[in-house]
Amino acid sequence: MVTALGLGCDQNAAGFRAGRTAFRPVTLFDVSRQRTRHAAEVDLPAELPGGRLTRRKEARLDRAGRLLLLAAQEAWTQARWNPEGLIPMVLGTTSGGMGMGEAYYRQATREPSRHRRQPVRVVEYQAQRQGVEMAEALGIRGSLTIIANACASGANAIGHAWQWIRLGRSERVLCGGYDALSQLVFAGFDSLQALSPTCCRPFDARRDGLALGEGAAVLMLETEASAKRRGADVLAEICGYGASTDMHHLTQPHPQGDAAVASMTAACAQAGVGPEAIGYINAHGTGTPLNDSAEAAAIARWAGARAAGLPVSSTKASIGHLLGAAGAVEAGVCVMALRGQWLPPSTTHEQTDPACGFPVVARPQDARFDYALTNSFGFGGANASLVLRRWS
Amino acid sequence: MSEVWVQGVGAASPAGWGMGAFRQAIEEGKPLAVQELERPGWSRPLRVRRVPPAASRPAFLGHPRLRRASPITHHAVAAALEALGEDAERIKAGERRLGIILCVMSGCVNYSRRFYDETLRDPATASPLVFPETVFNAPASHLGALLGTTAVNYTLVGDPGSFLQGLVVAADWLSAGWVDGCVVIGAEELDWLTADAFRLFTRCMVVGEGAGALYLRAGDRPGQESAEVRLSAVSGAWLFTNRADRADAVRAAASEARAWAQDSGTLVCDGVQGVPWLDEPERESWRDWTGPRLSPRRVLGEGLMASAAWQCVAAADWLARGRHRRAVVQVSGINEHVMWAGFEQGSSGKV
Repeated sequence: MVTALGLGCDQNAAGFRAGRTAFRPVTLFDVSRQRTRHAAEVDLPAELPGGRLTRRKEARLDRAGRLLLLAAQEAWTQARWNPEGLIPMVLGTTSGGMGMGEAYYRQATREPSRHRRQPVRVVEYQAQRQGVEMAEALGIRGSLTIIANACASGANAIGHAWQWIRLGRSERVLCGGYDALSQLVFAGFDSLQALSPTCCRPFDARRDGLALGEGAAVLMLETEASAKRRGADVLAEICGYGASTDMHHLTQPHPQGDAAVASMTAACAQAGVGPEAIGYINAHGTGTPLNDSAEAAAIARWAGARAAGLPVSSTKASIGHLLGAAGAVEAGVCVMALRGQWLPPSTTHEQTDPACGFPVVARPQDARFDYALTNSFGFGGANASLVLRRWS
Repeated sequence: MSEVWVQGVGAASPAGWGMGAFRQAIEEGKPLAVQELERPGWSRPLRVRRVPPAASRPAFLGHPRLRRASPITHHAVAAALEALGEDAERIKAGERRLGIILCVMSGCVNYSRRFYDETLRDPATASPLVFPETVFNAPASHLGALLGTTAVNYTLVGDPGSFLQGLVVAADWLSAGWVDGCVVIGAEELDWLTADAFRLFTRCMVVGEGAGALYLRAGDRPGQESAEVRLSAVSGAWLFTNRADRADAVRAAASEARAWAQDSGTLVCDGVQGVPWLDEPERESWRDWTGPRLSPRRVLGEGLMASAAWQCVAAADWLARGRHRRAVVQVSGINEHVMWAGFEQGSSGKV
């Protein structure tokens, strides 16, 4: 896992457990004329664990590809998978190598006759190239599926990989999500006045928008039989996935969260559990007025009486909205929380919106729970929910 | 798993809007006329094949969600509605749950370019109406809203080889009972930015635009109309990392596809388009094939994901009209995947 809290699961777990936030002024591109000038940037290391990539290919990697590669190398090392055979890969992203695309456009318009580095930018901009280069670095072969369902992409990727395993198509699937900060996307959210001019405060009565971040998370899914055969250290079980589409508006959720209720219900039905079994929800919780009120309404409708005692938080308060990576990183946070039996906080939370019929976890705390649910809702009405279970 | 049937096909292409124009152009097999597209900063225009203006404004553009939609949405919606046929009304009435899978490579490039251009000029005035339309899944979302379907909806991004993965995902959803039907669409729109990018690699390629769609249903002959074409096989994906790797992948896929094709009565819908370094491995692999062939890209141009969809649409349509009993489609992607798929008239198989 890579976020602005750090490189790797350990640094991220420590950051969430300490209730840290990771926002700072944007340095990657010019934000001097934007309303908002902060985001959660990742400090990339000088050296990449390039694996089998040549130095030349490694040097060409887009920022998004670097984030993905770092997360993938950590997951690969931890899982100790054998690269033999075919390993399907399912990844989620919203903008792939957008930074390269932006560089291409600037040169194509400012110096139309100058082609230096342009072919590399054309190739590395494309989302599939980050996946192909990750596969090359790890030395694996298999199909690559890239889901671009806006901010639900990462959760869709994990859910789709899980479904792939359940259907018996493969014993193991590498899955996850990644996205890097880019000028186009930053300006886009700013144009919608969706970015907070203060700080990201999910489910807070005074919330005024989201904060962008960047990062990646990769999960290695395999059947229980395969894990047992290998004597693998199982971190958690994915046991439910639900997906639905909100038709209300291209960028705004249905006020009562109809599609969110549908995705949570479907995920729990697949897991064979009801709201009473869920011990923690990692909400989509962007911090925008509309998203959080719709999600709060959906959780209240879905959980019923259970809502009053169901801890909910949004880790976007610490690391920002990672867009296509959000669902994967937040599923990874749930895995760490289930394994360590702690609840990650909405660190910036102060005054709960009265519309929330559930307790918002504002400070890091220990807990005992077996099931976590994570929500991801995106532009275009793409909704996805995952249910994860503590492995024991 | 359940058997998967192709219940309908649709197309928007440089030949025109709808299957009639598409069919006629593919039957004739003659490359369509090339248009010129201005490239800012250059005196020489780019050579492209555009979808011609519709004879009359499509009715679906009256939907509020489609007011600002860019051409890729128009192409995708037109092809999908044609493929769905009368079932579109059943879906709108809530009688059928429809899954939507949109496959793109270049995606919503018109508005992305426009929005980034506005951002560079002055981000304070960059349009909030344009930005949401830059997102890859905007066309699929618009189609879902038009049809009023709340079922699962994916947008897949990749090179054209990935279109066949969309068929596999659809088969999985149908098999799992998540949906009653699934429309798989490959769609693109032209922009000087895309055409300019490909010109860096080859002067032979004529970039095109449009969409192709297949409406899939599962079960025991679910369609009562002309749905007697079965999606019988989809290969695994050969992932490649460089040009030499790609040639090996194309040959391996072709070898498997030829084994499935069995005899020379099988129709081959290939991906040949007239760009030697892209075509050569596929051309070589099928050199001694004596059976019938169609090459939609040669006629319509390199429509990226739309081209992969057109290959499948042509295969299914030719079978549905009784021209052949089996068809094989090989899609040799540009920088990711090679895959193949097999279609048959009304016989059993598995995806």
